[in-house]
Amino acid sequence: MSAAVQDASVDYLLHLADNAVVLGQRNSEWCGHGPIIEEDIAMANISLDLIGQARLLYQLAAQRIGGDATEDSLAYFRGDTEFRNYTLLELPHTGPLVGYAKTDMDYGTTIARNFLYSALMVLVWEALQQSPDAELAAIAAKSLKETRYHLRHSRDWLVRLGDGTDDSHARVQAALDHLMPYTQEFWTDGATEAAAVEAGVDVKTLRAQWDAMVDDTLAEATLQRPSAVGYVTQGKNGLHSEHLGYLLTEMQSLARAHPGAQW
Amino acid sequence: MNAAPTAAPAAAPDADTLSLVWAALDSLSDPEIPVITLREMGILRDVRAAADGLEVVITPTYSGCPAMGQIEDDVREVLRRLRVPGRVVTQLAPAWTTDWMTDAAKDKLRAYGIAPPQGRCAGDAASQQDATNVLRFVRGAAAATPAVPCPHCGSSHTVESSHFGSTACKALYKCLDCQEPFDYFKPY
Repeated sequence: MSAAVQDASVDYLLHLADNAVVLGQRNSEWCGHGPIIEEDIAMANISLDLIGQARLLYQLAAQRIGGDATEDSLAYFRGDTEFRNYTLLELPHTGPLVGYAKTDMDYGTTIARNFLYSALMVLVWEALQQSPDAELAAIAAKSLKETRYHLRHSRDWLVRLGDGTDDSHARVQAALDHLMPYTQEFWTDGATEAAAVEAGVDVKTLRAQWDAMVDDTLAEATLQRPSAVGYVTQGKNGLHSEHLGYLLTEMQSLARAHPGAQW
Repeated sequence: MNAAPTAAPAAAPDADTLSLVWAALDSLSDPEIPVITLREMGILRDVRAAADGLEVVITPTYSGCPAMGQIEDDVREVLRRLRVPGRVVTQLAPAWTTDWMTDAAKDKLRAYGIAPPQGRCAGDAASQQDATNVLRFVRGAAAATPAVPCPHCGSSHTVESSHFGSTACKALYKCLDCQEPFDYFKPY
């Protein structure tokens, strides 16, 4: 699937779809492992919404690519360098130095990431409702309703953890310190952003509103806003961390072992 | 579904066929909430004649709603039973909203133990500023949420225990008067 033969619109649909499927897959790791049963259910439902959004976007992309492309071929049979998601979304639910065991998973990291991402996507979907691409606008209108609930959920928990115990405060602050530099990728120029502008949203122009939401929430949560400096990730350009390969291996192994399987 | 015709209808659906299909589809209930029909939920949007047969238009509730596959199968089964050639078309726009739920459907939800959605999602600007617009932050989450009356005892003395419940479209609440937990169908 060479990028050269796709029009900009398909690349952008894949960026949106990959974001949703990768975060949906990550968050689904909490299913059966949630800190409390209500959150176990909440995270499974949020994952379901994200995977549903990804399906709508992959179906539209597959229809435009034509040939043998299907939602499944796009989700299960592309390699990690073909994925166009933000690096932020593929990171494990842990700080920078922790391992992969389920017991190492940190809910503060999950909440902080969901907050940073849904705060952006509420603005992106709002703008894309007016996309000249009518089919994308229809998906945006649905996704916006769901993303508002995701933002509300993660925002409430960020405040609860930040303004909670000394331990919860310290852990969610550490999670923010770890994740904030990855948000630099939201604002960098490139082919994805040119395609976004064509599709109806100039993501850079959303920065002031996003900053205001982050500042407002962190103030209520009694958290410090860490600076977003250092290496700028390029997941949206196909340059990923080592974590995406492991995530895709788990997500794609069944489909690759049994291509075309039905149940 | 008790109106299976004995003769196979003609290939091009006429007005009688359309009304027959409407009547049969009217008996299909939501797989997750069996007291409400697909039509009352606003999922079943249209039954129309197309060049190559009949089209039943449905719209998904939440993007990832796992009941959609079942709903499509149920609709196809009705068409098969009526021996009407047709297909199911999924339409995203306008996006499904709980505003389409009829008052009768809301009463049925309440009687079933699910609190129906409060307020409207679209329409007048004032109602758009309440719970559905999370961008309008109010200090303390409870301040932004309208009271949800308990479907069991009617008390408005209730509290949200989780934003997400047994399905993506519901939140978990509990009544502080009758002490019963209940599902709340969120405005969408």
